[in-house]
Formats: sequence, structure tokens, C-alpha cells
Amino acid sequence: MAIIIDEKNIPVIVQGITGHQGSFHAQQMKLFGTNIVGGVTPGKKGTQSAGVPVFDSVKEAVENTGARASVIFVPAPYAPDAVIEAIDSGIKLIVIITEHIPFHDMVKMKLYAQLKGSRLIGPNGPGMASVGLAKLGIMPNSIFRQGSVGVVSRSGTLTYEIVNTISESGFGETTVIGIGGDQVVGTKMQDAVQLFEKDSETKAIVMVGEIGGTAEEETAEIIKNSVSKPVVGFIAGRYAPPGKRMGHAGAIITGNKGTAESKIRALNEAGIRVASTPTEIPEILKQLIR
Amino acid sequence: MIALTVILLKPVLQINDMVDLLEYEGKQIFQKYQVPVTEFKVIRSESDIPDFSERMVIKAQVPVGGRGKRGGVVPVNSKQEALIAMDKIRKIDFDGHRSEVFLLEKAYSERRELYLSVTLDRSKELPVILASAEGGMDINSVPAEKIYRHHIVPYVSVPEYVKRELGEFLGLKDRQIYEVVDALYSIYDQMDASLVEINPLAVTDGGLTALDSKITVEDDALFRHQEIEPRYFGLEPVEIEARKKGLSFVRLEGDIGIIANGAGLNMATIDMISLRGGRPANFFDLGGTDDPAKVIEALKLESKIVSKVLFINIFGGVTRCDTVATGIVQAVKELKPDFKIVVRLRGANEEQGRHILQENGIESLLNLDQAIDRVVKLAGE
Repeated sequence: MAIIIDEKNIPVIVQGITGHQGSFHAQQMKLFGTNIVGGVTPGKKGTQSAGVPVFDSVKEAVENTGARASVIFVPAPYAPDAVIEAIDSGIKLIVIITEHIPFHDMVKMKLYAQLKGSRLIGPNGPGMASVGLAKLGIMPNSIFRQGSVGVVSRSGTLTYEIVNTISESGFGETTVIGIGGDQVVGTKMQDAVQLFEKDSETKAIVMVGEIGGTAEEETAEIIKNSVSKPVVGFIAGRYAPPGKRMGHAGAIITGNKGTAESKIRALNEAGIRVASTPTEIPEILKQLIR
Repeated sequence: MIALTVILLKPVLQINDMVDLLEYEGKQIFQKYQVPVTEFKVIRSESDIPDFSERMVIKAQVPVGGRGKRGGVVPVNSKQEALIAMDKIRKIDFDGHRSEVFLLEKAYSERRELYLSVTLDRSKELPVILASAEGGMDINSVPAEKIYRHHIVPYVSVPEYVKRELGEFLGLKDRQIYEVVDALYSIYDQMDASLVEINPLAVTDGGLTALDSKITVEDDALFRHQEIEPRYFGLEPVEIEARKKGLSFVRLEGDIGIIANGAGLNMATIDMISLRGGRPANFFDLGGTDDPAKVIEALKLESKIVSKVLFINIFGGVTRCDTVATGIVQAVKELKPDFKIVVRLRGANEEQGRHILQENGIESLLNLDQAIDRVVKLAGE
């Protein structure tokens, strides 16, 4: 089943497909098995990129291809408009790869998406993949292996590291979601965990958090109350100094808020074991899944 | 070619810190939005000080709280006294900040001090208004029941009933607070702020007056605010150099240099080294790159802080391992570093990358745990 992307051949478009990132990753997504049906770059109608037709607008792309999902590679100043256009064209799943989108724009985009019934993933993340079905994003194809673990993460490359470790250990994944490193994200960690709980194929959940904000603490509360599947946690930034932003907009300790200790404590109190290195994750999984 | 796109995707200044405006800059914005402030003058040099004989206050302009307690706010009665006060303030270290600009304003006599702000509530993902009758102190030390809160939905703005409630909560009969609340939210929204704060907001005989200002602008939105210059408050020279080059670099206290691609992988690498007893010297996100020149730039920066070992940890995706390896080889030829380099390459083109390094006599490993052990061991030698 997997989550969010739970069927094969869902038609996907790429907004910003004529850029180098857009065209490269459209190719990579095709190699994964994603049904990329077209792309959108205003002014580039009639051309081809990554072997699919390019359209001027999302509406046109949807009319011609029946697209139901979109991956956004549009630069930050124009990305919010691209997202609103996708929502208005009836796209129900929008994965935003773009980084440096102002959170003010994201607050408004997310409210609009909720109003119109679209799901946003990202921004500033690697996207998502349901193994064996489709990948909407930029994660390397080589790290996945079909299996039973659901992964949700605030990071990019750390997700690759951890997914790769889970794959090499033999477990493999159902769906991997990189929710993005910003303060406001379309799909939150707690949303993903609740979806994994309902998914029949997912036997265990790995949640990869980092310092900053309170998403991990809130997710721990939800797990304590309503998740029966085994969960393994990982928190990056145990040794990060307060007041310094560690790359991601969301990764900062302010005062005594957002520390790794607070997150690890909350997870432990919810009965979740927290790995201190990526390689510990499959070791803990082995003990939890029989 | 990919590198070009990476730049296109990041047209915004990568400062990696919010921009904290100084009090006078915030008050200039307050004036524009008709938030009442006490009459003030910005003093950049001694010639800016007017002759005066009434009671005034000279204030240090630094982006940190608690200035008053540290002697950064001084009452003065003449130009001469102002000059002496400025000299004294210049010598004060405010958490690494020095006051270069001063604010001279009329001394005030307030009846009460209130607190008012608009900020982002990350957990609800909405802006929130916070108000309290206990102004003049850190809002985090005010008990929750003494703080009025209302989450703002951007399309709805601040409803009239909320202003009424807030006014009653603060014990204000005049509608002036309604205008101040509206102005504060407008500043938050239009300036792309993450915080707009008046603390204290004074109740005087002449009405409300903002005695201080704190406005923090989100750096990702600076492309919409050309008037705000990026600033490097509280950063070390090597961090400033990195920011100017668009590199995400944070100095830590240890001696093991780190370059990794991605913020999360950087943090995890720092954690793993620390857990094994090593002391990381920095956080350095190489980001997604397909340009060996960026790798060379990164090594140049590291060579300024690393003494014994540099650890390069790459999980290739957008960033190809062979590109990184090529950059490392070139940088080593150019810089001839006197420290050891341990490279760990996984992901896209890892075989080619490892081959390039091997040919040039640079150590590389596949396994992260083994690489970390090696790094910590070398640092201890």
C-alpha cells in the first residue's frame, strides 16, 4: 500500500522542468519508475525536456496529460505562485523541492492548500518515494529497497544515509518522506507518522528529527496516544551550540527550546527508542520487528 | 551545468541568520506605520548631538537585550554629559557586540509598562499576538495566565473583537491600542518579519509610546526588502567570510574540521564525532554542487581553522562523489595542507570518486562508523 503515493503510474508533472535540476531529476524519477507525463515552464510550450512535453501552464498540462501530482523546482521568488497555480489546477499532491521560500509565503500557501484539499510536501526537502511505485523528488534511486519500514525525516542527505542503512540491513522501506528543514512545512512529522500507522504494509516507523521547534515532542505525544507500531527515533544536533542556526531555517536552539535532550526525553517517555548513530537504527529495528 | 541551476535556486542571500534590526531602525519603521514613539535622534558621530538642557537618555544600539542593566542606557542633561556617556558605552561588551551608533531621546515618565508582539508560532504555523500588562521584562519569564494570545489567520487579519479583548486584558480604555495592534501586524506581514515586539510599550499621560523596538526580518525574504542590508552580528571573521561566499558555515570550539553535504548529515557527523570523544571545529554544509571549485573553496576555508584532521563526509545525490574527489585532489595540490584528510564517499559515482582519491594517495572509506573512528584516532595522535 505505502502512504500518500499508494498506486502505480500516478501521472506526475514537473514545474520548472527546463532548468538543469528539473530536467535532471525528471530523468532520475523516470528511471525510478515514476510516470512523468509532462512539465511546465511558462514560455517553453511545444518543447521537450527529459523526454516529455513542456507546457506553458499547469492547467494546460493537466488537460493534456491528466496529471494528478506535481514536483516543484521553481526558484524561491516564483515558487509560491507555481504552487498556487498547481492547487488551482486541481493537483492534489504537490512536492516542493525549492529552498529559501519565505515562511510567510508558506503559511499562506498551506492555508490555501488546505482550503482546496491539496497536500503539500516540503519545501526545502528531498521529496518522497513509495518504493516500487513512484518517487517525487531528488533522493538517489540507489538507496531504496522494497520493504516494511516507513521513514519520515526533516533532513535531506541524512535521510539518504539512514535509508541506505535500512536497505543494506535487509529491511527495506514502504514510503520515505523528507518533510523539509523549514519552520513551516506542508506535511508535518506527526501527519506522516499517523499515515504510517494506518498503512497495512508498514511494520515499523523510523522518525528522523533534528534540533529546533517542537515537532518531535508533539509527534512523541501522538505516538504515545495513538500509534501501536514500533517506532525508532533519531535526533541530529545533540552537540549543536544554542543560538547558532545549523543550516536549516528550522534547526536552531533558542533559549532552552528545541534542544536534542528535550526531544530525546519526549521520545523516550513515549516508549520510543532513540538511536545515537544511523547504524544503530537497523539494530534496534531487529529487536522490535519479529 | 547543474551548479548553475543550484545558484538559480538560491537567488537569495544565504546569511543563515535572521536579520535583527537595531532599535532606531525598528523605530523608524514604527514611525512609518504610525506606531507612537518618543521623539529621538540617531547619533553616529559627536557632531550629531544637538545642544540641549532638558532631561534626555542616550541608548546603545546593539541587537541584544538587557542593555540597561549593563550600562547601555544613560540619562543625560547636556551635550557634554552625552559625550561622556557615549565614551563609556563604547567600552562595554554586549555579548560580543559594540555600540557604534547611539539613540538620543527624551526622558519619559510612564505610568505603566506593557508588552506587545507579533511572532510566528511554529507549532500552529500561524502568527500569534502576545500581549501582557507585565511589560519591561523578558516575556519568557511572564506566567502564561498573564499573557493574552491570539493566533492570526493571514487572510482574516486581526478581528475587531480581538482588539477589544486585548485592550480589556491590558486595562486600556482608549482605542489607541487598536491602531498599534493593527500596525504591528502590518509590519510583521509587510516586512516579512519573524518577530515585531514593543517591550516596553509605555502608558504615559500623552497616550501609548513604544520605548523600545525589536524587529527580526527573515533572511529568506530579503529579496523583497532591498533596503535592508545583510548583517553579520555576532559572527567570527571566518564565518563572515563564508557567508559572503554563500557558504553555510558555523564555527565550533574543537579541532576536527568537517565538510559534509546537507545540514542534517553535518549535524549527525558532528554528533558522532563528539560521541566518540572527538571535538568538531565547525559545521559546514557543502550543499548540492557539481562544481569542483566549490570544494576547493571549502578546503581553503577549512585550512584556516583545522590543525590536525579534516573529515569530508559526502552522501552523493545531487552532489557527485567524483566531482568532490576531483575538487579535493586539486585543493590538496594547491594548498599543500599540513593536516590529514579523511574522506568518506557514498552514493552517486562513489566508485569513480574513490578511484580518483586512491590514485592521488588520499585516504577514503565507505563505512561511516569506520571513518569516524579513524578521524577521532588521528585527532588524538
